[in-house]
Amino acid sequence: MSKLALRGIEKRYGAVAAVAGVDLALNEGEFVSLLGPSGCGKTTTLRMIAGFIDPTAGTIEMDGRALSSPAGALPPEKRGMSMIFQSYAVWPNMTVAQNVAFGLELRKLPREEVRRRVDEMLDVVHMRHLAARYPAELSGGQQQRVALARAIVIKPQVLLLDEPLSNLDANLREEMRFEIRRLHDEFRITTVYVTHDQAEAMVTSDRIAVMNLGRIEQVDDPHTLYNRPKTRFVAGFIGRTNFIDGTANGADVTFPSFAVPRSALAVAPPSGAVTFSVRPQSMRLSHAQARNGAPEVAVTIAERAYLGEFWDYVVTLPEGAARLRVTTSPLDIYQVGESAWLSFDPRQMTPIA
Amino acid sequence: MTAAVDHLAPAQAPRRFRLADPSMILWIAMIAVLVLLVASPMVRLIISSFQQPETGRLTFANYVAAYANARHLQALWNTLELGGGVALLACLFGVPLAWAISRTDMPAKGFIRLMVFSAFIIPPYLGAIGWILLAGPNSGWLNKVWMALTGAEHGIFNVYSMSGLIVVIAVTSFPYTFVFVSSALDLVSSEMEDAANILGAGTLRTTFRVTLPLVLPAIVGGLIISFLEAIALFGAPALIALPARFHVVSTQLWQFFEFPVRVEEAAAYAMPLLLITIFMFALQRMVLGRRGYTTVSGKGGERRITRLGPWRWVMLGYALFVCALAVFLPMLVLTQAAFARAWGRGFSLANLTLQNFHYILFEQTQAQNAIVNTFVYSGITAFAAIALSLAIAYVVARKLVPWSNVLAFLCMAPFVIPGIILAIGFYAAYAPPPLALYGTATILILAYTTRFLPIAYTSSAAGMRSINPEMEEAVRILGGGRLLAIRRVLAPLLKRSLAGAWILVFIPATRELSSAIFLVGPNTRVISVMLFDLSEEGNFEVLAALGMILLVATLIIAAIGFRAIGRDFMVRA
Repeated sequence: MSKLALRGIEKRYGAVAAVAGVDLALNEGEFVSLLGPSGCGKTTTLRMIAGFIDPTAGTIEMDGRALSSPAGALPPEKRGMSMIFQSYAVWPNMTVAQNVAFGLELRKLPREEVRRRVDEMLDVVHMRHLAARYPAELSGGQQQRVALARAIVIKPQVLLLDEPLSNLDANLREEMRFEIRRLHDEFRITTVYVTHDQAEAMVTSDRIAVMNLGRIEQVDDPHTLYNRPKTRFVAGFIGRTNFIDGTANGADVTFPSFAVPRSALAVAPPSGAVTFSVRPQSMRLSHAQARNGAPEVAVTIAERAYLGEFWDYVVTLPEGAARLRVTTSPLDIYQVGESAWLSFDPRQMTPIA
Repeated sequence: MTAAVDHLAPAQAPRRFRLADPSMILWIAMIAVLVLLVASPMVRLIISSFQQPETGRLTFANYVAAYANARHLQALWNTLELGGGVALLACLFGVPLAWAISRTDMPAKGFIRLMVFSAFIIPPYLGAIGWILLAGPNSGWLNKVWMALTGAEHGIFNVYSMSGLIVVIAVTSFPYTFVFVSSALDLVSSEMEDAANILGAGTLRTTFRVTLPLVLPAIVGGLIISFLEAIALFGAPALIALPARFHVVSTQLWQFFEFPVRVEEAAAYAMPLLLITIFMFALQRMVLGRRGYTTVSGKGGERRITRLGPWRWVMLGYALFVCALAVFLPMLVLTQAAFARAWGRGFSLANLTLQNFHYILFEQTQAQNAIVNTFVYSGITAFAAIALSLAIAYVVARKLVPWSNVLAFLCMAPFVIPGIILAIGFYAAYAPPPLALYGTATILILAYTTRFLPIAYTSSAAGMRSINPEMEEAVRILGGGRLLAIRRVLAPLLKRSLAGAWILVFIPATRELSSAIFLVGPNTRVISVMLFDLSEEGNFEVLAALGMILLVATLIIAAIGFRAIGRDFMVRA
């Protein structure tokens, strides 16, 4: 049985559906991200799990018990969850220690135990020495750690995070990603994490649910999601990619300038017109034809940019107006207008819906 | 020789041009005016408290005379009791209403907000007169209703008492607490409350552990403001405390001005009030300054309101009760009196008349003069205060003179001077020869301008801060002077906020009583003073009619401001 289950969740504001039918199940101790562009309904979904918003259709269950349904909803304070907010919402009228102790005091734990657990928790987030400070005297990253400590110290059934890193600067954001994953590995709390940053989601999550227009497009682990995107939106949103239109008939899939045997593909497409996602780094550029059996096509370099870690080329195929983006190592240098050979790796070509 | 001239020219020329800058003369004039308006009366007040009336020699006799009197000390104690009572009661009225409107699903929020705003507009002395008609012993409306319902021989309410005075002032000053607390609540991110909810705290606990502590500084600020408002008031205490045979500091100060006028003793007696006020403002600043209470607000998400369930009707009931005390009941009886032949005869067609208004507007020249005076003085005051404060704000923002912060301080200083003390300072400084301004329009306008200078300065300084200096530098690099830049660029940009400031000064100036009562002469009476005199004659019908005229004029001007400048202009200052 799953720890947390969302079944057909909808939220409508008049005619507008902010969330239009979301199904999602989390196992005990799993870390799942809701990833999508702004306005895709991810924060609304999270706030429905928390109980701040009631769904207009569908049910939310925890341990098989319904929390929210159109018939009624358990208020947030009765759900045994905790949440980290975009603004951290660290109460400025309480010290760091008082903030962290708040949830434990509500649970009527003996004073000694509250103090012990607060101290332990502050050690975990490296904030013990700042326990007596007020939030106004802390930096953004420190406030973030207080928010984490406050949420985790009560050992919640489910931990919810609403774009917790969006107010931090770039360096700190990168550090806190790993911090969040470290805390998850330590406490194994079932977690739902909302973000629009794919790197954040990929570092932290066991699985990522990509959302668009109020629906989940695909839920998978980061590796599968990147290498086997199922829809055009997912392929384009997670990393950069090229879309190539082809036709599958018989043993081959034919493209404007080349063909690939169907058997060489990792995911066999249905017959008929089909679009493939091809990542820029899955193709190879070379000055001479390789003739190693891989599908090859002569191309012309149209644009180039050097980004330090790699070259970013745009090449044009001889037939059709297709332009492909290819990345190569810094030593593979081509001039604009030069001809080159582009070879494909069929195992890295993914048909999308 | 030519070489020497060439050598000197670059060093001297800039200085000569700087002196020739015509605007410098204007700045110096403005600073002189500020000294005349603020520094001189205050210094004069302090000096005369140590002077012997006839000889002007240094003495402590004034202090001895002022405090070696049990009645005077009692009045001082009464003032503290009054201030404390009003502050607590205003808090009891203002905080729940602010919370309900800002945070809950109480019905009719817009209406309640409008009523609180109305309570803000009603001058305290008019509210006091309303309450005299409501709760005067036996004859007051509430007592008559009580006697009719129970058959009792005597009424149960007596407005002529300390508790009566506290209620009357609290119902007119709770809007300060309300505005403080509700704007603080609006700044608290709902995520602060969400965070407590998700950790397991219910509505009640969240409100008391998180929401209210977060706005505690604002609540304390509200307590202090209503305390200071109460101890500085003259009108309501004079109307209620004098018939009840007790004194507060402001009425006692008034006594010093009965013949023979004892200005020096009054100055000495005014010192504790002045010191308390300054101390309280310092305290408030300290309370508001601690622990950076402003909170980072999350960007997304709607504000969540607390659902009260059936309790929301209880909350609405309480809000309506407060509004009834502050607005409905006093306004009902004042309106009845304004249109009545005799207010005690109650609501009937036979008792209905327009005679009171006719009397004021067409028969009684004194009343006509008072109305004209009020609006003329207030209008001139508003223009003067804005012109002066804008010039000072400009000098301060551009740092045109050294020590420009002293100018800002002088502009804001009258904020902590109770009107009645300011009036005594003006009296001490400008009533005697050589100026002998007592009883002239000039001294009233000067005192009003000083009194409301902080309001104008707050708006002007905020406006100046909002304008990038480069706007003006662009004019000057093209060859325009400072004055041209002000006229063609700054003033047009600031038009809206200055119009708002004009109204913010004009409205309180039309109702100002406590400084006017000490400075008016026979030909410079204003409506507020006239109302006060009418109440001493017991002529409540004419008084109510005059009060109506003042209120309607205020409402019209507030409505114009509302439309032209936006609905928050009253709260901004």
